[in-house]
Amino acid sequence: MFMPRTLIRIAVVASILIALPVNAQDLGQQVTEDDLALWDLTTESNGTGLPPGSGTARTGQSVWSENCAACHGAKADGGPAGSLVGGIGSLTSAAPVKTVGSYWPYATSLFDYVRRAMPYQDPGSLSDDELYAVVAYILNRNEIIDDDAVMNAKSLKDVKMPNRNGFVSYWPSPLKN
Amino acid sequence: MASSKSLPPSQESIEAGGGLINRRWLMKSGLAIGTFGLTAGAARAEQIGVPEWSSTPGKGMSGYGQPSPFESDVSRPALKLFTDGIADESGVSFTPLEKLAGTMTPNGLFFERHHSGIPEIDPAKHKFAIHGLVKRRLVFSVENLLRYPMVTRTCFIECAGNSLFNSLAEPQQRSAGEIHGLIGNAEWTGVPLALLLEEAGVDVEAKWLHVEGADAAKMSRSVPLKQALAGDAIIALYQNGERLRPEQGYPMRLVLPGWQGNMCVKWLRRIKLVTKPLHTKDETSKYTLLQKDGKARQFTFEMGVKSVITAPSPGVTPSGKGLYQVSGLAWSGGGRITRVEISADGGTSWADAHINPGSGPQALARFRLPWLWDGSPRTLMSRATDETGSVQPTREAWYRPFAAGQLFHQNAIQAWAVAANGEVRNVYA
Ligand code: HEC
Repeated sequence: MFMPRTLIRIAVVASILIALPVNAQDLGQQVTEDDLALWDLTTESNGTGLPPGSGTARTGQSVWSENCAACHGAKADGGPAGSLVGGIGSLTSAAPVKTVGSYWPYATSLFDYVRRAMPYQDPGSLSDDELYAVVAYILNRNEIIDDDAVMNAKSLKDVKMPNRNGFVSYWPSPLKN
Repeated sequence: MASSKSLPPSQESIEAGGGLINRRWLMKSGLAIGTFGLTAGAARAEQIGVPEWSSTPGKGMSGYGQPSPFESDVSRPALKLFTDGIADESGVSFTPLEKLAGTMTPNGLFFERHHSGIPEIDPAKHKFAIHGLVKRRLVFSVENLLRYPMVTRTCFIECAGNSLFNSLAEPQQRSAGEIHGLIGNAEWTGVPLALLLEEAGVDVEAKWLHVEGADAAKMSRSVPLKQALAGDAIIALYQNGERLRPEQGYPMRLVLPGWQGNMCVKWLRRIKLVTKPLHTKDETSKYTLLQKDGKARQFTFEMGVKSVITAPSPGVTPSGKGLYQVSGLAWSGGGRITRVEISADGGTSWADAHINPGSGPQALARFRLPWLWDGSPRTLMSRATDETGSVQPTREAWYRPFAAGQLFHQNAIQAWAVAANGEVRNVYA
């Protein structure tokens, strides 16, 4: 049988337990966006988050050869880590080929990914100019931009990728998948 | 050991064709159930001796216990994804489903998928930031997070590429785990994400989270804020009672019950609140579902309803006709498993399996059903239904909308063909 004191103790403990999830502990240390600048790699498709700098496919050629060719092929068209070129128009065929050129909807995503993760063995090692240049090189190899088209924060977001309208958002969706 | 006495069972005890029988009949019959993968025991020939472990003291205590040396074959088979020795650390290893029982996945056997290897993170130096569209930009240390109120939740994490081998044109002869083992089930303990977002103060324009890992790939996904605020999202620090293993995201990972494993970002270092999804590489180039019409499904977060029979399965074979227990796992990102049916005649007739009670929503459920094998070739299948009424599709129906080679969110019914000699093969039926 419960004694009243035990009951009170249970009630107090229970109220603490119920209260816990709504009371933040306020242990987070307040910082500014500037403090997080080195970490903030978020790149939006409207160009927000792209850094200053620029490059062309012509300058990107050597960045590619030195940093990427070993794994993705001399002309970005093969190698052990896969091709980044070709397949445009193949998505409705019996053998679709998905590459940066044929499948990716935004050029900003390409910049974002190379900046955060490539070259695989040394991500973060390229300067912003080199990043724009190597991105320009990949787009040029896919015949999406010209040899001398300058890629920078403004022009990159305006690049119209061939598969720009190829995705259907399933969130939120009435359909199950 | 398999027994063949009192066969066949009476008509009313038969649940479906191919030998699936009623559990009540089994209880009454007193028949012994056979064990897959073992040959029937020989008749007793001599007196049973006293083994040496019963006559000398055994080993002493240990700091961190290990499995019996006799279980050394129970391990995660690994698969490299690239050739020429590049990026060897960026691949997968599978949970050996057919070598486990029950529903929980041991931490050392929980599947792996890394996009740039496993970072060795010093928890004293790790930081986790929340910023972007918030009132207060905050950075948390591991030590601080450990002082927050925590919740405990059991759920599976499944790679969106699980079962990819069954998307190939020809059925691959691999074990159940090597086909369907990019899934694990665990009890996760950590801080509700909603709590930390509340402390940061979310701006009204914020609709999405950009979630990022601290690995060299800086794994990066967009997660709708609504899901995080619904209270289900956890910043997990513990898995099955102990701190996360390095390969599971030590010191912290995001857990989104029922959603693509890739979104449960490991080695979590940053969440930025934004207005729109980012269209990162792993939500455009990968983890999207290309259809025949050339359009691709994007942001297909929830993992579909699914099941697989683990016994019998390739390598887990019956030894001669007799009575066995068919057993397997079922799960759904949509909620609780409410029904699992088994067929032993290639899908012509189905019997309800017994679901072990106690599995919650978005968690692995264990199902079982007695099977009286007459020794003739049989095709076994399982079909799961979840609480929302979603039913696991056939492979043909699953594939219908998709382009050749589409492999994500493969949740089709698995068929195992049992040959007369007991061999079990993966077949498309
Ligand atoms: C050491 C080998 C290696 C090198 C060098 C390398 N990559 Fe990669 N790359 C990879 C691997 C491995 C992946 C797949 C990563 C994953 O699994 O997420 C990849 C993926 C990519 C992708 C995504 C492809 C897709 O369609 O999803 C792009 C784009 C890319 N790399 C660009 C580059 C660029 C640009 C460089 C040079 C700056 C580079 N890579 C250098 C190994 C390499």
